[in-house]
Formats: sequence, C-alpha cells, structure tokens
Amino acid sequence: MAAPARQDRVTLRKTVISCALLAAALLLAVVLMSLIGSEPLPVRASLCSIASLGSTSCGLTRDQFDILFQIRVPRILLAAAVGGSLATAGAGYQALLRNPLAEPYLLGISNGAAVGTMTALVFFGANEWTRPVLAFTGALLATLAVYRLARGRAGSTPERLILAGVIVTTFLSSVIVFVTTLMDATRIRSFTFWLLGDLSGTSKALLPVTITVAIAGALILTLNARSLNLLMLGERDAFDLGVEVGRVRVVVFVVASLLVGSSVAASGSVGYVGLVVPHLARLSLGSDNRISIPAAALGGAVFVIVADTLARTLIAPRELPVGAITALIGAPLFIYLLKRA
Amino acid sequence: MLEARNLTVAYDHRIAVADLSLTLKPGEITAIIGPNGAGKSTLLKSLNGQVRPSSGTIFLDGQPLEKLNRRSISRRIAVVAQEAELRFPVTVLEFVLGGRFAWATNSGWGWETEHDLQIADAVIRETELSELSGRLMNELSGGERQRALMARALATEAPILLLDEPTANLDLSHQATLVALVRNRCDRNEAAALVVTHDINLAAQFADNLLLMKEGRAVYSGTPEQVLQPQILQDVFEVKVLVDAHPVTGGPRVTPVHDSYRHP
Repeated sequence: MAAPARQDRVTLRKTVISCALLAAALLLAVVLMSLIGSEPLPVRASLCSIASLGSTSCGLTRDQFDILFQIRVPRILLAAAVGGSLATAGAGYQALLRNPLAEPYLLGISNGAAVGTMTALVFFGANEWTRPVLAFTGALLATLAVYRLARGRAGSTPERLILAGVIVTTFLSSVIVFVTTLMDATRIRSFTFWLLGDLSGTSKALLPVTITVAIAGALILTLNARSLNLLMLGERDAFDLGVEVGRVRVVVFVVASLLVGSSVAASGSVGYVGLVVPHLARLSLGSDNRISIPAAALGGAVFVIVADTLARTLIAPRELPVGAITALIGAPLFIYLLKRA
Repeated sequence: MLEARNLTVAYDHRIAVADLSLTLKPGEITAIIGPNGAGKSTLLKSLNGQVRPSSGTIFLDGQPLEKLNRRSISRRIAVVAQEAELRFPVTVLEFVLGGRFAWATNSGWGWETEHDLQIADAVIRETELSELSGRLMNELSGGERQRALMARALATEAPILLLDEPTANLDLSHQATLVALVRNRCDRNEAAALVVTHDINLAAQFADNLLLMKEGRAVYSGTPEQVLQPQILQDVFEVKVLVDAHPVTGGPRVTPVHDSYRHP
C-alpha cells in the first residue's frame, strides 16, 4: 500500500526533530564530558561555571578553573569539530563515490592531509595558518587520486575503491616516513601519536578555524543533499534527472577535502569516524542525505567527544590517541559492511 | 519538439553516430533498431546532452540544446536507461520521487510538495507498483526495478521520453503494459517517445516510425511496413529473415531464419 511508504518518507519535520534531539545530545556531551577527567572537579561548581559561560564566582579554585576552561572545554570543542567534520566528509565521499565504504582515513585522504600538515610543520613551522591550508591541499590531491583510480567503466566497485585507497594510503605513508626523517628526534614520538589521531595538542589558534569549517562544510553539503541523493543512484541517472553533476562533484570534492584538511591539521588522522557515523545515521534515519548528512555531522561530534573522553581517562594519567579508540570501534564495523557489500 | 540535425558523435576518433538527422513529433513513437554497436544508445545519450556531439546540432522546442540549463532540459526530456547498481537502501517511492527533482524550486535542499507526492502515487499506480512502494529498490526483481525506472521517468512529466531497452527485463505481460503506458502518454499528452530496442516485432507493433541504424548511420527510416522488408533486414543484420503478416494486427512480422535451424 502507498500509505506506509509515505509515512516512512523523510520530511522536514522529521529532520528538524531528529537534528534537535542530536543537538541536545551534543550539548549534554559537551557539558558532561568536561566534568570527567584525571583531575576530579566539583560537579556543582563546574556546572555553574559552564552555565554562566565562564563565571569565576562559582567556587572553583584557580587551578580547577584553568583545567576546565583552558584544557577540557577547548579540547571537547575540538573533538566535536573534528568528529562533525570527518562524519560529514565521510557522508559526502560516500554519495560522491556511490559507495558506503568510502571513508577519508581508509581512502588515504587523511594521509594526504597529514603530508600537507607535516610539510607545513617542517618548512613553515612558525606559521600555524599554513597547516590547515597545506592539509587541505594534500587532502584535495589525495581525493582526486582516489577518484581517478577507483572509477572503472562500471563506476567504483567496493573492491576497486578499497584497492585505490590502499595504493594512495601506502604511497602517502612512505612520503610521511620520508618527511619524518627530516625532523629532529625529540619530535618524532609526539608525531607518531599525532598521526594516529590525537586531540591533546589542541591549538587555540586553530580551534575557531576548525569549528567554522565544520559548521560551514556540514551546511553546504546539506544544502546539496537532494542532488547527492540522486548522485548516489548513479551519475548518469542524476544527470538525466536534472542534477548539474559536474558542479555538485566539485562542491563535494572541495568541501570534503576542506573538512578533512582542517581536522587533520588540528588532530591528526582520526580514523573510521566517517564510516561509523554516517552508517549509523542511515541505519536509523534512512539514506536520504537531507537528514543523514546533518545527523551524521551532529552524531560525529558526539561520537568523537565520547571516544576522546575514553582516550584520556581509560589509563589516566596516561593517554591513548583518540584514533586508537575510534579504530577499535570502526574496524569491526568495516568488516561487517564489507561482507554485506 | 526534439530535432537532431546532421549529428555526429565520436569517441576517441571512433565514430559512433554519423551525420544523423531525426525529428520527434508529438504523439508519435519512434523505435530505433539495428545490430549491436550500431550507435543506438550513443544517439540516445547525445539527444539529452549526456554525450556531446562532435558536429551537428540538437534543438529542443526550437532552441539549441547546449544553450539550455540542465534542469530545464530534464523537465522536458525523461530517460529510461538500463539500470545502475544500487548500493544504498532507497524505497520505491523515494526512487520515483527523484523524477520530481527538476521541478523543485530549490535544487539542493527543499522538500517534495503534496503535488509531487500525488504525481508519484499516480505513476506508481500506472506502473502497477502500488503494493511495492514502501519496499526497498534492491529487494525488487529485475522486472519490478525496470517498472520503477519507468515510473520515475513518467513522474518527470516530460513530454519527450527516451527509452533504452525498456522491455529487456520484462515478462510478456509487463512488456505489453509498458508499451501501453508509452502509447498512452503519446496519445493523451501529445508526448513523443524514442525507443531503442532489439525486439523488432514489438517495435513493429507499437512504433509509428522505425529508424534502422548500422555503423552509426541511419540506413532506413519510415513506417514499420516500409522498413521491415526482407532485403533491407538481411543487408543490415546479415541474417536471413522471413517477413509475413502478423495474424492479429496485420503489420509486418519478422522471423530470423538460421541455416542451423532445427527441423522438427
């Protein structure tokens, strides 16, 4: 019957409600996770201080106040921006490559951004702004390489896409090793950590850039969601139905690369976020990008905040790179999806 | 409505369509027949701008095709192509609603209107998919998917239909339904249809005009009676054929005669 299909359909109302709930979950995650850490903080005073956006008259000591607002809150906001960026980029690549397995880390695009960031660190170390710029350039070049390699006559089959990702990843890994040898030995350890995805080195200067890019990127891709819905069904179909395929493709290329570039420049390669989160969004809300992209952006933010809280508390006072946590969750899901594809 | 003048399409120096002219008129179904590799699908792709011609011009309602934007073309030309592989779960209704994209006031965001939903419901009924409209496309049989493709093309309300092997996956009864749908659109809405098919006998029954293609050229065109003659078909397909009268319609009926035929 036609009636149930009509009710299942994604509507503006359903999208607004889902996104409002996810936004509330994000706010809750930001607040709750800032209370958790190796240094216990008084709950009531901390909540009061957060609710008043940094009031000093809530009874926190000077040290506690600094831990909360100089360390935890910026780190959590960065986690949110990185998670939102990577999940949005993943959803974008999946629609563009017509493949639910597409993910910035697995396709080597994060490595492209890492090479860019490292180049900036080694050659323009003093200028922090060169990092996101070169990371974006690296991500864009890696995206183009994967796209060209993955597209066969019949579009990109899952196998071909993953092979293209392996080629780009291994090639860029060699470049990373090469650049690492140019560094002095003391920085190599922190570098290895950063490569695996690490939020502990939150840079105050880059935080606003990362947040802005995350929000703008999610908005732009959401505004192209209807075109992406058709692109997901095939470039020829999309073209026939009126999508300006060339324009939308460029938009996704550039925006997704920007998202990956800015998050890698800030936190290294946090893997699997772009796979896990859009998949969960589609599973619970359907494949319509008008709902799955904004939901993935918000969900990705929550996911990385939680993963990073685990990373910094599981073996406190020592820390794990957040990328290790996301990979522990993501890799089994990837195997499951690959078996189904 | 749609006119191609001296159209030539080349892929890397290989000529796929050579100096071909063609006019689609309201109310008429034109079928393109010809051997594999004759350039039939390429012709279809070039007619809606998917493939750029190397020379010649295509006019849509009197305007050169390359001057029109994508969405205004898609509101006037609908395509039923051979299906692409689906890797994301999409319901039949969502799939058919894709046909309303070109009519949206906002191409990126924006939501289907009640009018869009009514049209989708109507074409889903026409293509006998009502009971499947909530099902996922990748759960359907090949024939059901083919009908969903047809429904999506009809949902565009475009007056020109380009169909590439639309009956390839269909059983006899659904072949007839699909042909009737196209015929009906042409009769009722003054639509024009161009159908690429290998089924010469089906083409003979439903088409007003036949265009016989070989090696990129239009070698013969005219009514089924004019084109479907034994000598012409033997030259083009390089196989012996028997042409007699269809017992019901009286139109031409083509039977290939192979040397290795099994004699009962």
